Amino acid sequence: MNMILRIVGYIVLAPIIGGLLEGIDRKISAKMQRRVGPPILQPFYDVKKLFNKQVILVSRSQTFALISYLALMILTGAMFYAGMDILMCFFVMSTAATALYFAAMVTSSPYATMGANRELIQMMAYEPAVLLSCVGFYLAEGTFNVNEIAGSGKLDIIFLPGFFVAFVFILTIKMRKSPFDIATSHHMHQELVKGLTTEMGARNLAIFQVTEWYENVFLMGVVGLFFINGSYISVIYAIVAILLVYFLEILIDNTSARMKWENMLKITWIVTLFTAGVNLLVLMLVRVA
Amino acid sequence: MAKLKKSPWLLHYDGSSCNGCDIEVLAALTPVYDAERFGVMNTGDPLQADIFLITGGINTQNKDVVKQLYDQMPRPKVVVAVGVCACTGGVFKDCYNILGGADSVIPVDIYVPGCAARPQAIIDGVVQAVELLEKRSEEHKAMKKNKKKGA
Repeated sequence: MNMILRIVGYIVLAPIIGGLLEGIDRKISAKMQRRVGPPILQPFYDVKKLFNKQVILVSRSQTFALISYLALMILTGAMFYAGMDILMCFFVMSTAATALYFAAMVTSSPYATMGANRELIQMMAYEPAVLLSCVGFYLAEGTFNVNEIAGSGKLDIIFLPGFFVAFVFILTIKMRKSPFDIATSHHMHQELVKGLTTEMGARNLAIFQVTEWYENVFLMGVVGLFFINGSYISVIYAIVAILLVYFLEILIDNTSARMKWENMLKITWIVTLFTAGVNLLVLMLVRVA
Repeated sequence: MAKLKKSPWLLHYDGSSCNGCDIEVLAALTPVYDAERFGVMNTGDPLQADIFLITGGINTQNKDVVKQLYDQMPRPKVVVAVGVCACTGGVFKDCYNILGGADSVIPVDIYVPGCAARPQAIIDGVVQAVELLEKRSEEHKAMKKNKKKGA
């Protein structure tokens, strides 16, 4: 019963929280650029508008691919918040990203195709850090089960600081923030036009947007998992950590220019290797000893 | 319904303009005027745009491009001609390659005069375009309803 409640809670609340987070993001970004910025509810106005526009489809199968993307992402988050296997969550998330790749590929537009190819490179860049984080949770807790990790009484961040740094680092890629927003661009007139989303208009773009909100709420949940240990005070730690990480991402977004994909791949892998890798070695040693 | 009014996304196309008006269009989007506080975003993608800002006259080479961009934009949409060249052809009117203002190929709704058009005038034009967009959006909804009834 509790599990069903949590799943329904995620499905209903995630778009609201995700949208609000994006609204706050845009407001803070505007303040950093000394502007007034849009109202906090702006992302909801945008999505509502997109649903009311005429639907022009370049390819009919794009809608199918995008709905799969949405469904798989909801499944990822629902599995996570229901407290199931964290490794499985990330596998389903990769499948969702593949659905997005197809949604961009089927249009055969040069910009969307290039964006889709870059999306694959991004997956290649962040996947090691994501998988290593799962391994880290296993080494610290002896289980992949989210419920058991969250309720174990151990504060995971103490055992997994390196994994945490690697995970926050790849969050910049997953949240499509500069300097790693190479598959799509939130800002006008860059070399890819809109990258992945170039051929998505009206309803389809709205679906994409809502899926991003689901994804962000899931990823923030993983950030929180590093801090939650079953006690009530740890929930407060988790929320503070999530807000700090989110602010850090906004700060990075506003202070850095985008990178070439080669550099992105190199930097992410090096950071992953040095933070998560070293943390992994230490954990292994401690376990043996 | 009021939602469309709150999130007008622009598509900016430079016809055969001298770039004067384009610089003013971009100036209107800088932090000084901060168009984003009204939800205005400059998108490079016609599929996602609501308002088509066009600067410069239409020549024999870009007439198909302009038509194509207009056709790719989903309804409801509004076209704003920025600067005297986009309105009538301006000083280039009698050139051998100029067909005239933007309205020689696509229907233009709002004309913003000036050489170059001032940012204030451009913002005023966009604000009028947003109001028109609201009206169009109601028409679009009524049309969709009628279509459903017919089917």
